[in-house]
Amino acid sequence: MIPAAGADMAAEAVPLDAPPVRATSLLRRSLRLWRTRIGIALVGLLVLIAIVGPFIAPHGSSAFVAAPFSPPGKGAVFGTDHLGQDVLSRLLDGGRSILLMALIATAAGLIAGVVIGLVAAYARNALDDVLMRGMDVIMAFPQIMLALVAAAVVGPHPWVIIVAIALTTVPRIARVARGAALPVVERDFIACSEAMGVPRWRILFGDLLPNTLGPLMVEASLRMTYSIGVIAALAFLGLSTNPNDPNWGLMIQDNRTALAFQPWGAVMPIIAIALLTMGTGLIGDGIARTAAGIDRSRGAE
Amino acid sequence: MSTAEFAAARAEPTRAAVSVQDLRIELASTRTPVVSDISFEIGRGEILGLVGESGSGKTTVGLALLGHARRGLSIAGGSVLLGDRDILDLGDEELRRLRGALVSYVPQDPASSLNPALRVGIQLREVLEAHQADRNGQRASRGDHSERIAEMMREVALPDEREFLRRYPHELSGGQQQRIGLAMAFANRPRLIVLDEPTTGLDVTTQAHVLETVRQLAKLHDVAALYVSHDLAVVAALADRVAVMYAGRLVELGTAETLFTSAGHPYTRRLIGAIPRLTGGRSLLGIPGRAASPGRRPPGCSFAPRCSMRIEQCDQEVPALRPVGPDHLVRCIRAEEVLTKEQRRIGDPIEMPAAGDLAAVRLDSVVALYGRHEVVHSVSFSLAAHECLALVGESGSGKTTIARAIAGLHHNWTGKITLGDLPLHTSARRRDADTRRRIQYIFQNPYGSLNPRRTVGEIIGQPLRVFGTASGRDADRRVAEMLERVSLTASYAARYPDQLSGGERQRVAIARALVCDPAVLICDEVTSALDVSVQAAIVELLGNLQRDLGLSMLFITHNLPLVRSIAQRVAVLHDGVVTEVGETAQVLGSPAEPYTRQLIADTPSLETAIAEVGIAEPPTPATSPG
Amino acid sequence: MRARFRWGGVSRFIVRRLLLGLIVLFMVSLVVFAATQALPGDPARAILGRSATPAALAALRRHLHLNQAVFSQYWTWLTGLLRGKLGTSIAAQVPVTTLLAPKLVNSAVLVAVSAVVSIPLSIAIGSWAALKRDKIFDTLSSNLLLVLAALPEFVVAVVLVLLLATTVFQVLPAISTIPPGSRPWNFPSYLVLPALTLVIAVAPYVARIVRASMIEVLESDYVEMARLKGLPERTVMLRHALPNALGPVFQVIALNLAYLAGGIVVVEYVFNYGGIGSAMQEAVINHDLPVVQALAMLIAAVYVVLNLLADVATITVTPRLRTRL
Repeated sequence: MIPAAGADMAAEAVPLDAPPVRATSLLRRSLRLWRTRIGIALVGLLVLIAIVGPFIAPHGSSAFVAAPFSPPGKGAVFGTDHLGQDVLSRLLDGGRSILLMALIATAAGLIAGVVIGLVAAYARNALDDVLMRGMDVIMAFPQIMLALVAAAVVGPHPWVIIVAIALTTVPRIARVARGAALPVVERDFIACSEAMGVPRWRILFGDLLPNTLGPLMVEASLRMTYSIGVIAALAFLGLSTNPNDPNWGLMIQDNRTALAFQPWGAVMPIIAIALLTMGTGLIGDGIARTAAGIDRSRGAE
Repeated sequence: MSTAEFAAARAEPTRAAVSVQDLRIELASTRTPVVSDISFEIGRGEILGLVGESGSGKTTVGLALLGHARRGLSIAGGSVLLGDRDILDLGDEELRRLRGALVSYVPQDPASSLNPALRVGIQLREVLEAHQADRNGQRASRGDHSERIAEMMREVALPDEREFLRRYPHELSGGQQQRIGLAMAFANRPRLIVLDEPTTGLDVTTQAHVLETVRQLAKLHDVAALYVSHDLAVVAALADRVAVMYAGRLVELGTAETLFTSAGHPYTRRLIGAIPRLTGGRSLLGIPGRAASPGRRPPGCSFAPRCSMRIEQCDQEVPALRPVGPDHLVRCIRAEEVLTKEQRRIGDPIEMPAAGDLAAVRLDSVVALYGRHEVVHSVSFSLAAHECLALVGESGSGKTTIARAIAGLHHNWTGKITLGDLPLHTSARRRDADTRRRIQYIFQNPYGSLNPRRTVGEIIGQPLRVFGTASGRDADRRVAEMLERVSLTASYAARYPDQLSGGERQRVAIARALVCDPAVLICDEVTSALDVSVQAAIVELLGNLQRDLGLSMLFITHNLPLVRSIAQRVAVLHDGVVTEVGETAQVLGSPAEPYTRQLIADTPSLETAIAEVGIAEPPTPATSPG
Repeated sequence: MRARFRWGGVSRFIVRRLLLGLIVLFMVSLVVFAATQALPGDPARAILGRSATPAALAALRRHLHLNQAVFSQYWTWLTGLLRGKLGTSIAAQVPVTTLLAPKLVNSAVLVAVSAVVSIPLSIAIGSWAALKRDKIFDTLSSNLLLVLAALPEFVVAVVLVLLLATTVFQVLPAISTIPPGSRPWNFPSYLVLPALTLVIAVAPYVARIVRASMIEVLESDYVEMARLKGLPERTVMLRHALPNALGPVFQVIALNLAYLAGGIVVVEYVFNYGGIGSAMQEAVINHDLPVVQALAMLIAAVYVVLNLLADVATITVTPRLRTRL
């Protein structure tokens, strides 16, 4: 005697209380926080400048405008730099390379790192050990060091830097991915898929990955922040193919000798980099807080 | 409170050791009541059982007796009188001196309540050191403390040697950890002890010992005790009086005798009816619906939406807790009718269909290992077609290992397991799709067995996709069908697991297991994580499905009485060896093996509790439900 | 179930980790070697530039053993490394060890000062923020640390120079060139800004981990139980909360100290401080391969050692892990 359909649930229609928690909705929920909004605004602003900048610059970025280190005045809103070029025009032109390189490097590192981390967590055996030891080897270098070493040998080409940064991003992401995946691997719904004979790659990307997105998104924004910082630092240190390419990092180095009397040449790119990295940092923090809030309210049940 | 006052309070022979009046606890941020209108008394040397299901607020009340509210909650009103002093009025320092000395707490999970980085000896000692100045104004010496600790250890039947005290908590078993917790609680001879489900997660045998220790210590030191639990059988055996909580309110209060033989509140009656019985194979009756969470409680009686005796008046205002007999309070406007008219709601006796002749699954000399450690030693038994075989044992007996081996989830075994005629491969991945389809598995933890990122519809539909049984609109139809079958409406298909309760999730898990018409269903402790009433409903559902669909079911559990309500045969597992197999009535009624006898003796059950109290069960056969 | 705490277990663990560390260093040496000498292209040309004469190129190739087979090159280099013969700097024409030794001391002092300031500071800030959770101190400090953590070190360095040395105030030197031959502790004012930059680079991370760890511990069952036993708040914090909170912190401290090894490159460059960081930058610009190799191995070794120390410290504070050894 099967109870009539729905009879014993008819008592009270349970209202849908907590909003569903999923990956895309994690992003959407984090938008409710002020910090995420500010972060997105900052990043958006600077990306806009990087893309549109060159087209609205008052002068060409290598055009001679006035005497070197002239204070702000006609023709140069923020004065000129060490070669007499317009600070504003160089500023508008100087973000593209940093952003593009950081984006490519982080994305590449992210993909490789996620795959390695998830595979290591799911394998739970010798493969896990081998992969993680490999990651340890790469982690033995501070990020900037590997880029320097590579640049020392091959030369400071953009692709060298991108590969170096991507390579050093991989183990850091892999660690986080593995750490986030390990508790999920223990859960019964994974065992259920295994019992049904679902192919391994499907379990990895269909079951495991969606459940680790929270920590991964936070780490991805952290990595982006770092990548931007390291790439700008490398330019600052003098590693660029063309010394006169407009580049925020390089601008700071070139113009810091004049900090005492014409600071704008260095201060403007500093502001640009600072706002950009703060933006990515705030986004990451916003996502992290949203994820933590969700975990806490779920744990309370 | 000065030392003198403390001493005076301790010596006072008042009738009630503690008196709670109109206690009210709210969510700090929204002022929503979580627990309200709580009033009761506990006399010296008396044990009051506080019973309720998850979400009833019983732990919150227990903690309030120590003046403590968990993060996000605040004690908003009422009083907790210990002697003459209201605990809720005390300042921080006074409260600190009270805790551990006059009022103690025994937590639910001993493993996480002991500091993992400190030796247990230190954790025992500090409870003495923190309060010794209050006792008689003199500092006791280290030697005095050591003596006292040795005494405490003997009281809880733990070794009193130094070596034992130097251990870290993770080096002790669950039972030992809990005893340390008891020792700490009784150390300073408190007047009141709050025990918060202290035997959850312990083996039946260990549980029996711990309960015995509690009973003895309480009697020995004339301590009042509040025993918070969801396990009515345990409460029946232990408590003198019982209070039942539902949705944050007390709904019934009376002596254990009265409650278990003639309860006055419909909820209590239903709860008692949901408890599995060791004797007599009766189907269990669950309670439809689920309890409302704080902030969503209806204006009238909170139980009304689920009550079979509901009338219009019930929804209008909250009934008062009123006396319906000597020392018997009930919060129901129809309590008198409940007492007289409605007999205890006992389910119909189950008709177990005849088992088939063929064996659906047969195990032959199966040896299973974890690494190099053998956990299952040459086990052989068979599961006949269309029958339900229960596999019982305590934790570590190997029952889950056997179940997972059959399903191909545990690979490290030798021997032979056959499905019908077909020998099974050790790993599910190497079996062919049809074999995998025919054996389905339901897991214990409803919170871990459903992918939080998929909808209910996708979860139930997954086997259809994997085995290619149905697709597209066909599949949707089948999913809707299965939802109806497990008594969930088709609208559930769009929901996500985190919107469902534990019972609902297990129903989804059952639907997923059955959607592809398996032949064999393995249920691994599927109700252990659920409340009693929900457990009853799920077992009822499983039993019905098994009989209607002719499934061969292997039902794994540690809960002996539950077996009676669902299984035709039972196999008892002890340390990786099958000690006894047979018809359920036979094995549980007149067991042949000493281990089985011990297990039954240690299992708290209502029948034994009521028998001890001296009241006979109402006569069988069941009268019709009122 | 009865496992005893054995010192033997811990020393076995240390030995095992040491071996693992050595393997990692070995692999690192392979990577460093491959990166510097085994890459396609001609290192000699890269070093001397396009205008080098064939004779100069040949001489350099001989000097760098580039005419040998790859494996014997590696062997020569590795054995030299282990014997302390790190080669000769191409740019400075002096043995690498002579060149780097004083710079190593300078950098060590700088890192030590930064560590000594940042670690207690971070632990204090993190603990206090956790204790006064969601109150003003916590909110302010969390947001400030978030911003500081996001900024690249060179930005922080230049801003500090701007604020304290050149434009807003002028109280500290903008350049910290230690005269060769003298010791950094004789010029304390030179250390302030570089150390401050490093502290700002590292403290936010450690403080955040400490805060998170402390919060988790403060919300744990055993801390709640300690309070319910009526223990004084001080005992609860010092005996129950803090030791358990610090466990995960050691790993982070080690990671951050290792991070400093990369951070000093930029910081020393900004302040013209004569340490191995600025030496690295020079070596890279000059394609001075022996110096680059030596420094890379040195920093990797420091990282491995720091991680080992962190693991040992974690084990000491977490008895639960000890009995599994």
